[in-house]
Amino acid sequence: MSAALLQTAALGRRAVVRTARQPANIVFPLIFPMLLLAVNSGGLQAATRLPGFPTNSFLAFALAVPFVQGALLATINANVEFARDIQTGFLNRLALTPVRGIVLLLGQLGGLITIAVIQGVFYLVVGLAFGVRLASGVGGAFMLLVLEIVIALAFAALGSWAALRTGSTEAVQGLFPVFFVFLFLSSMNMPRNLIEADWFRLVATVNPVSYLVEAVRSLVIQGWNWEALGLGFASAGALGLIGFALSTHALYRRLERT
Amino acid sequence: MRGRLDVARGVSWRVLHMFFTNPAFLLPSLAFPLFFFTAFVGGLSRISQVPGFDFPTGYTAFQFVFVLLQSAAFAGVFTGFGIARDFESGFMRRLMLAAPNRSGILLGYVFSALVRWLTVAVVVTAVALLAQMNVGGNGVDLLGLYTLALLLNLAGALWATGVAMRLRTQQAAPVMQMPVFLLLFFAPVYVPLDLLKGWIHGVASVNPITPLLEAGRGFISGRPELRLVAFAIGVGLILGFAAWAVRGLRSAEAAG
Repeated sequence: MSAALLQTAALGRRAVVRTARQPANIVFPLIFPMLLLAVNSGGLQAATRLPGFPTNSFLAFALAVPFVQGALLATINANVEFARDIQTGFLNRLALTPVRGIVLLLGQLGGLITIAVIQGVFYLVVGLAFGVRLASGVGGAFMLLVLEIVIALAFAALGSWAALRTGSTEAVQGLFPVFFVFLFLSSMNMPRNLIEADWFRLVATVNPVSYLVEAVRSLVIQGWNWEALGLGFASAGALGLIGFALSTHALYRRLERT
Repeated sequence: MRGRLDVARGVSWRVLHMFFTNPAFLLPSLAFPLFFFTAFVGGLSRISQVPGFDFPTGYTAFQFVFVLLQSAAFAGVFTGFGIARDFESGFMRRLMLAAPNRSGILLGYVFSALVRWLTVAVVVTAVALLAQMNVGGNGVDLLGLYTLALLLNLAGALWATGVAMRLRTQQAAPVMQMPVFLLLFFAPVYVPLDLLKGWIHGVASVNPITPLLEAGRGFISGRPELRLVAFAIGVGLILGFAAWAVRGLRSAEAAG
């Protein structure tokens, strides 16, 4: 058990160090969501004048989006590196050592958690610096970070599946537009009850990303909304479990071939 | 002149052949504008009920103009990606050795960007009309709208070509893409300029894309405004970025 923990820690540390050595993989997931936040919070501030809009600050409303988007970007970067490990044969060489297969996966995901926490803190600090006040208080800030980790793990598990299934960096990068579509077809810019187009409201309602965004948003603008939090954790948990099951299966299939 | 046109024809044929026969190039070019159109029109149409939002032909037409201009600019930028790829693969070096007139290379890439965008524009327009977009402008107004988009397409292509010729690597993609993305999105994308408040209003007011967007929306609604300013900016961008691209070509030549 302790050996497995040590191996997981070593692989997680490797994932973090490798990311730290590529500044673009750190800076881009930090800056790009902030740019989009700036654009949307400025451009859509007028939406807060709609009857029934839940807050008078679009910045506070939209602050949830970078948390989900940042997790997504970090996941893509991390899994591109994972796919590169497969392409370069690193995974095959590792498979010849006593390291257990599941540890490979956990180490990869563990590295991502560190990055997700750094991102979450950064987004929170930027939001607070620009005048957002968390309705859920200090406890809500910690809950936000926990939620960010769970969301990152959910996306990462799905990304790992793509990396293991295809072993191709291009295929993992190709996931970016797919995740992006899910983000834009969610309630990221408008509460679901205010979405006018019926078909879009339906898509946003069945889109699990809506519940991730709404859970984060509830902590920022509502306080402790247990229903929103429960749905958010349930959506992230379900995505994570599906992704983890798929990636574990893909990992063992790949190791069988080694 | 003949040599320049021959080179341009050859280069644009090659780029367009790859574009139309390889789904990896064609689909993203079509999918992204359609996706933005769908997400903005579907998700944000309620914003047209904000007090002071008085665009006469509705939110679909309001967003269509942005998506059309965005597709034009990005069709140009994507051409820059192709040039960078040609440098990395070594094709550009062979092309430069073989071409009797190298400015024809620029011309060929820019022409291919134009055809790429026209293809996307046809599809985006068809989808917008299927989505029951209201058009208030007449034929001349619409010609004005598409001409504005064409100017932006050429400006985007020349900008990206200049970057690609200087940096000669696909890693330069964010350098080509990010300024265009920021210029487009720091314009009044979601609501008219008058409804923007605070810093974004200040930025949008001095953003050169804003007059193009407002003029385009004026054309589609049949209430043209800022026409001369918009066309002057479009032509100015093309002239400026043409000089940028030609100097980039010289830089690439000097680098061997």
